[in-house]
Amino acid sequence: MKYRSLQVWLFGLLLLATGPAAAVLEVTVTEGVTGAIPVAVTPFAWEGDGSASEDVAQIVGTNLARSGLFQVLGRDRLARSPTGPDDFLAEQWAAVGAEYLVIGRLLPEAERVLIEFHVFDVLANQRMGGFRIPVPPEMLRRGAHRVSDIVYEQITGDKGAFSARIAYVGVTGQGDDRRFTLEVADSDGANPRTLFRSSQPLMSPEWSPDGRYLVYVSFENRRSEVFRHNVETGARDRLASFSGINSAPAWSPDGRRMAMSLSRDGTPNIYILDLDTGALTQVTRSNAIDTEPAWSPDGEILYFTSDRAGSPQIYQMRLPGGTAQRLTFEGSSAGAATVSPDGKSLVYVQGGEGGLRLARLDLETRRVTLLTRGRYDKSPSFAPNGSMIIYSTTDRGRGILGSVSRDGRVHQRLAARTGEVREPAWSPL
Amino acid sequence: MNAMIRWGLILLMTVLLAACAQPKRDLTEAERLAAEAAAAEAEATERARREAEARGIGVDRDLRVDPLDDPQSLLAERLVYFDFDRDTVRPEFVPMLEAHSRYLSQNPGARLRLEGHTDERGTREYNLALGERRAQSVRRIMTLNGARDTQLEVISYGEEMPVAFTQTEESWARNRRVELVYEVRR
Repeated sequence: MKYRSLQVWLFGLLLLATGPAAAVLEVTVTEGVTGAIPVAVTPFAWEGDGSASEDVAQIVGTNLARSGLFQVLGRDRLARSPTGPDDFLAEQWAAVGAEYLVIGRLLPEAERVLIEFHVFDVLANQRMGGFRIPVPPEMLRRGAHRVSDIVYEQITGDKGAFSARIAYVGVTGQGDDRRFTLEVADSDGANPRTLFRSSQPLMSPEWSPDGRYLVYVSFENRRSEVFRHNVETGARDRLASFSGINSAPAWSPDGRRMAMSLSRDGTPNIYILDLDTGALTQVTRSNAIDTEPAWSPDGEILYFTSDRAGSPQIYQMRLPGGTAQRLTFEGSSAGAATVSPDGKSLVYVQGGEGGLRLARLDLETRRVTLLTRGRYDKSPSFAPNGSMIIYSTTDRGRGILGSVSRDGRVHQRLAARTGEVREPAWSPL
Repeated sequence: MNAMIRWGLILLMTVLLAACAQPKRDLTEAERLAAEAAAAEAEATERARREAEARGIGVDRDLRVDPLDDPQSLLAERLVYFDFDRDTVRPEFVPMLEAHSRYLSQNPGARLRLEGHTDERGTREYNLALGERRAQSVRRIMTLNGARDTQLEVISYGEEMPVAFTQTEESWARNRRVELVYEVRR
């Protein structure tokens, strides 16, 4: 496997105006794949009065480059942009080194803007598809992420996840001045919004399967409790406040149940809370630490961390109430599993001599692949298309976010301008 | 109150002395300086008293120090440290925990929070559980030594509230701790 450094992509300067309080993230692609696919994205013309509020082509190009799979041609290298799909001359684009071409325009209407675009395969000399996306004028940036998803899918055959959002915990200040925030941002770190602030720690954010809620642990009452927070309205309610710890909430794929680790009976065990009826069912019964539950996509298996055999390791249990079966044997510890959207693999934190790193376990072959080489790589969360994993790591002692492609080949970092960021969670699509 | 009267007297005497010692035209200046010095001293004393009170030391009229604040007492120690990924209380901390247990059994109204913490090595939710286990180990020793269960509250912060921030063994050792926090002192 060969790695090479890619150019540094800095965002944020443009975005400072959008959210003064929220932590703006800067994205850096630290390692990409050799042989990234060269793509040209020509500027999308605004066909109406005034001008566009966003440079849609720029956002699309930056997204594609950030995936590590594409090399996006600089604008000074572009050939003359075709005015429409019939005007496409493959040899012009082959000459500048592009294998794919994206052209588009913005058509403002009364209450919306139509984003019209076409994707061309330069080598095959053909148009792959033409699309029209209507968006409200103020949602042009969102629209650009949708365009990115479609282009990504056209070229790679896999769904894009650029429209998804990320939630994470921000920390600023030190000692008694430490402040914790729950933030939600676009997948590129743009449009950060602070959902909740506290002088006490916040932990373990996770999205509901419908993307409308976040669930997390807050110490606002000087102990760990689980809260559910409506992202749209800001309404929040407390889901678990039993004696002992209330932690590690994980939404079932159908959105109706919440797996959690509670120590109400003395030692932390996995419980499932029925969100409709409020009924609580105990799933594990050990005197060890059982925590960090994660659901299989079909909702039939729970993966969790337990130190019942001495060191923390990952186990699986078929619901309801099967026997626990140990899954991890490599490294000195394992925990915090996140399940791939296809249910075929787990990414988890493996402890060893070098520290904490992310590893992927293929559930069929039981083969383990190390994905990262940091020392404090924690809290992994799968992108909803399964292409990448976002996680917490550190840079010279400061907490930042990292992301790595499923195969471990493409690496990126997302750092807050000020303070620390950690425990990212990728929203559903 | 006593301190204020004392400082008032000192101020008065300083003023009188100054009045005797200085030629007439310097009187007001000497007076002003002495008053300033005395006021500053009084303020410092008052500040020290308030800080002492805030720390819980209190102004003890019969000159008996609260045993929880006697720096010579084992009760002044409120931190128990742990080995990596362990919840066993090391023997060196047992005498201190026995002293606190004794204090709690003698002061049935006293309430103690046992706050468990971990270092950053390990996953966050696992560490939350580990912090609780450490605080429970401390509670077990204390109830065996006379503290009542109802006097003790176990809380875990996991790795969320470190006191040392470098990524070194020294910092990790300081973060792997249970803090004894008196909510009610007697």
